[in-house]
Amino acid sequence: MGNVSEPNGADAPISMPLGTDHAEIREAVQRVCRDFPGEYWRGLEEREEYPTDFVAALTENGFLSALIPEEYGGLGLPLRAAAVILEEIHAAGCNAAACHAQMYIMGTLLRHGSEAQKNAYLPGIASGELRLQAFGVTEPTTGSDTTQLRTRAVRDGDGYVVNGQKVWTSRAFQSDLMLLLARTTPLDQVTKRTEGLSTFLVDMREARGNGLEIRPLKAMINHNTTEVYFDNLRIPASALIGEEGKGFRYVLDGMNAERLLIASECIGDARWFTETSTRYANERTVFGRPIGQNQGVQFPIARAYAETRAADLLVRQGCALFDAGQPCGEAANMAKMLASEASWHAAEACLQTHGGFGFAREYDVERKWREARLYQVAPISTNLVLAHIAQHVLGMPRSY
Amino acid sequence: MKVLVPVKRVIDYNVKVRVKADSSGVDLANVKMSMNPFDEIAVEQAIRLKEAGQADEIVIVSIGVEKAQETIRTALAMGADRGILVKAVDNVETDVEPLAVAKILAKIVEEEGPGLVLCGKQAIDNDMNATGQMLAALLGWAQGTFASKLAIEGDHASVTREVDGGLQTIKVKMPAVVTVDLRLNEPRYASLPNIMKAKKKPLDVKTPEDYGVDVSPRLTVVSVKEPPARKAGVKVADVAELVDKLKNEAGVI
Ligand SMILES: Cc1cc2nc3c(=O)[nH]c(=O)nc-3n(C[C@H](O)[C@H](O)[C@H](O)COP(=O)(O)OP(=O)(O)OC[C@H]3O[C@@H](n4cnc5c(N)ncnc54)[C@H](O)[C@@H]3O)c2cc1C
Repeated sequence: MGNVSEPNGADAPISMPLGTDHAEIREAVQRVCRDFPGEYWRGLEEREEYPTDFVAALTENGFLSALIPEEYGGLGLPLRAAAVILEEIHAAGCNAAACHAQMYIMGTLLRHGSEAQKNAYLPGIASGELRLQAFGVTEPTTGSDTTQLRTRAVRDGDGYVVNGQKVWTSRAFQSDLMLLLARTTPLDQVTKRTEGLSTFLVDMREARGNGLEIRPLKAMINHNTTEVYFDNLRIPASALIGEEGKGFRYVLDGMNAERLLIASECIGDARWFTETSTRYANERTVFGRPIGQNQGVQFPIARAYAETRAADLLVRQGCALFDAGQPCGEAANMAKMLASEASWHAAEACLQTHGGFGFAREYDVERKWREARLYQVAPISTNLVLAHIAQHVLGMPRSY
Repeated sequence: MKVLVPVKRVIDYNVKVRVKADSSGVDLANVKMSMNPFDEIAVEQAIRLKEAGQADEIVIVSIGVEKAQETIRTALAMGADRGILVKAVDNVETDVEPLAVAKILAKIVEEEGPGLVLCGKQAIDNDMNATGQMLAALLGWAQGTFASKLAIEGDHASVTREVDGGLQTIKVKMPAVVTVDLRLNEPRYASLPNIMKAKKKPLDVKTPEDYGVDVSPRLTVVSVKEPPARKAGVKVADVAELVDKLKNEAGVI
């Protein structure tokens, strides 16, 4: 299996794997993850540290360059291969959030950047020398309403001057470059609100202390997320990706890949929860029998498993469409929503199955439970997915 | 020098083995299969010899089902050069016995002319611990079994063996068959780029007939049973109580 076709024309045949696809990649990821057991992640959380060693192991073994074309030093693999990598990381009890963005943010650069930009950055990103894993979209006052964002980039001579603020900019401290979405033409001067936004590749190594300030944002999970402040930050005009004013479309383009990859992480989480629940339900004996003998314990686990399998099929379909170069927005959004719900239901079943021990840190259940909750909110919340389906797929009136 | 490494696809060491309800064997349907861990150590050692400039080509051989190709690819991804699959059975549940494996390997050795064959000391499925020894006998080669250290010195190999009493170092004449033990090395794992490169490395597919070897089994499995569950132990207060229990309860002293 593993027979997803290469990116192709719109009429390319589509096939999707049903069984264990990319078995050799899965196996290799499992080998790496074996060195990073639960106690590693618990320790990091206590110290609020970034999983530097884990990310280094993935980088050294080439996993994070999977999607970068070979001509730029990557492996040029299909999206499905990256999905499998992230799924296995999460199924092993690890968490890929510290580095998944290094795999896909470069997509915007790859699709819309100039040849000079691609040659300048992609080989470094492929080797891991250069980290492009910060994505500045969300702002504190406008949230999901992306087109209303207030950060401004104003053309000034041979560059732009940026002012504004981003929130939840994950991994900004662990990234050299940031993909920034900012408004270049004020809202009242554009015909459509999706116009006038532009994407920039900001070199944070030069910018920090010169108009760019990053502050850590403490969160429910160890996510290394931050707030970023721009105060008259000067960036060169060469930082602009593609055409000025078209940035929103460029960002949307990359979102399908992101959704499918996040959905794969959810599938991995769900697998971890279900395996952990099943093992515990078979072992834990009270009232003289394994708790798993009670249907009240079995059914939530079984239901979440069924939901996971269904969501996984949609993830596979989404990846197959993406890899065939066909529109996949509907599948990608639905896959992310259903996978995030399946993993949450599996998480809930797992915590409940473990009773009081579910709260004991050493079981990792509570950590994974907190981590799994994120994906119904970010990178896009469930309501916004539903609004997309209702309005763009089904054709009901727009609510916003 | 060419190094030949035979590898076996076995039930993964992490899988909890289940005996089939009819006692005919262990359940191998839909369980994870991997390279025999001792064979992985043999592959690693071959790669280290190549890295040290003492070997120039590593050939991997697997004898079994079609899917053993995956096991060969794993070895190629670690760094071996090419593979030979001898498709000897259609069903994973049919084991090819050590003598048949050794006979096929002997023929491949004749064709390939390696200076060294590195095998795992045994496969973790049946724990036969026989193939390497049989192969050495068929070839009339020297053998060094249970190696925890290996050094090639000109036309000899120095093999440190893990034996019951401790460690024994022997010198064997090359070409030789060396079977490797757990402590010889820690196998590397394959990086993603190497996994991709391995897909393009040559892999020949052969059959036992190509080598004129009859692989039909000579052994009959009568029945396979789980070992009896271990009962909980007891704690003794002192040596006197231990001696008393061994004498009067267990009746062993
Ligand atoms: C840990 C973490 C990491 C993150 N990392 C990044 C990052 O790296 N880069 C980045 O740019 N962003 C990041 N985000 C931000 C994330 O994408 C946003 O939190 C998410 O898109 C929701 O936006 P918001 O928080 O502003 O919620 P809001 O937009 O304020 O929404 C709040 C709630 O109201 C609902 N809602 C809003 N409008 C409607 C409507 N019209 N109809 C129905 N319901 C509605 C939403 O569904 C949601 O439930 C991260 C967030 C978290 C928590």
